Amino acid sequence: MEYREQSLFFDGELTKHTVPALSYNFAQVKNQLIVTLDLRMVTKIDSAGIAFIDEMLLQLDLEPGNSLYMNEIVKTAYNTFTSVGIKQAKIVVKEDHFTRLGSAFIIFLNSIKDGISLIADISYWSFVGIFNKKGQRKGSVIQQALFIGVDALGIIALLSMILGLILALQSAAQLRQFGANIFVADLMGVSMVTEMGPILTAIILAGRSGSSIASEIATMKVTEEIDALKMMAINPIRYIVVPKFHAITICIPLLVTASTLIGIFGGLIIAVTYLELSATVFVNRIFEVLTFRDAIIGLGKSYFFAWVIVIIGSYYGFNVKGGAEGVGKVTTQAVVASIFWVIILDAINSLIFYF
Amino acid sequence: MKKPIISVKNLVAKYGEEIILDKISMDIFPQEVTVILGGSGCGKTTLIKNILKLYNPYSGSVKIFDEEVTTMDEQEFDDILSKIGMLFQNGALLNSLSIYDNVAIPLEQHTALPKKIIDKMIKVKLDLVNLSHAVNMIPSELSGGMKKRAALARAIALDPDILICDEPSAGLDPLTSANLDELILKLKDLLNMTIVIVTHELASIHRIADRIIFLDNGKLLFSGTLEEAKQTDIVEVRTFFEVGTF
Repeated sequence: MEYREQSLFFDGELTKHTVPALSYNFAQVKNQLIVTLDLRMVTKIDSAGIAFIDEMLLQLDLEPGNSLYMNEIVKTAYNTFTSVGIKQAKIVVKEDHFTRLGSAFIIFLNSIKDGISLIADISYWSFVGIFNKKGQRKGSVIQQALFIGVDALGIIALLSMILGLILALQSAAQLRQFGANIFVADLMGVSMVTEMGPILTAIILAGRSGSSIASEIATMKVTEEIDALKMMAINPIRYIVVPKFHAITICIPLLVTASTLIGIFGGLIIAVTYLELSATVFVNRIFEVLTFRDAIIGLGKSYFFAWVIVIIGSYYGFNVKGGAEGVGKVTTQAVVASIFWVIILDAINSLIFYF
Repeated sequence: MKKPIISVKNLVAKYGEEIILDKISMDIFPQEVTVILGGSGCGKTTLIKNILKLYNPYSGSVKIFDEEVTTMDEQEFDDILSKIGMLFQNGALLNSLSIYDNVAIPLEQHTALPKKIIDKMIKVKLDLVNLSHAVNMIPSELSGGMKKRAALARAIALDPDILICDEPSAGLDPLTSANLDELILKLKDLLNMTIVIVTHELASIHRIADRIIFLDNGKLLFSGTLEEAKQTDIVEVRTFFEVGTF
């Protein structure tokens, strides 16, 4: 590029490879008086070159009609690639903090509305679905029950056993100092039945089934499968969510019972091996301290945990935005929200029954 | 005779033990529109993905710009890829980004162009595909045809030397399809682009093809000019040009 006699002369290539350097050179001379751009010696030009010409004309406040000298190559490319005169929607700039705060609040209110509506839908169709299986895939409840219940049993059993061992061992170390060894049975019985069994099961289900529900629904949404279901007059909640709701309702008491019994068995191992209690004494003591009410509270709240996991998973799944990234995001959000609400529900339960 | 810009020799591709491409040898010449034809599942997309190393070829040689790419390391191959634009069958736009950002990706990643120049280039490319109004939209808000056009704008963002289109006109109405063909021809003439297209649209083939490559069950059945293809004795190829279907 050369400046002489109020003109900028270009030769050779004007392409994406040369424009960065030419832009720099142009910045050095643009304050001089320039009235024409001479492009007759340009041998190769692409859309980056034309965009550069447009930008120079803009900065120099020149009209293309009487300021450009072009050869045929440049003229043809210019007619195709010039951005002058193209009407394009305004590019959205990022919102300021207050606007974003306001938007977030509106989104929050809408999410509450959507959440309530979804809870109503799921509750209604789950109730209807007990009597009328129309709109559900045959065998889907059993398939879901196998996934939610049977497949999860191994990890729940293992973690319950470890938790039982830890709980018993740590409390035994303290109780032993006071000669109160037998109370380890009280502690294991009450804590596993009313708290540890239900909450441990719920947290594992939130991680396992909650994430699977959210990602499955979200993927179906982004690949337009949900729309396809609607086009076939199939209610997506009935088809996808209700079988999961029924399956988790069937599985949760069984899983909680298994978790509780295995956790107590862990405690029994410690009681027998470390505290030298007999198994019969340990078991008898548990039956003495545990009430029917404890068992009902433990099992009862686990239903609410299970339902909240399905509802939250579905909510995030149906509200996915974007593609693969969106699916990942809602899956994480569903798991975090499920665990959060499980713990909140547990706290509410404790306040109601034990405060 | 012109030197090929892409040269494939004895390319074999497998999925597990199944042979998908069986010793394919073909040349793609610069500044031509080459159409790859063949029945569904004959390996057209696999061929393109093997050429572009999206799948690793089982054996054989692929030369792009006279350089062997099958043994090339990732960084070297990135330089080659920056000169190639690819329009995927389903657009493959990044769904979490706006159309503007989708088209901006190659420009921001592969050039040092100032932002204002990039803005103008995007404006032009979106205008070429009639999507100026959709600049702020995200892909999920676009129709199938619009997604394809947006993906084409992204593919030509860098004025690539080679543009590869996997079924660009599938699912488009005839008018949009004809406009797309016109645009492809324009790009070929203006930027001396080499264009490789997988398509079944007979009208489109007649409009744009210089050269035809015909695959059948993973084997190369025919390679030659459009005129040669119309006059060949190979039954499958002749049937296609007579009936327009497989």
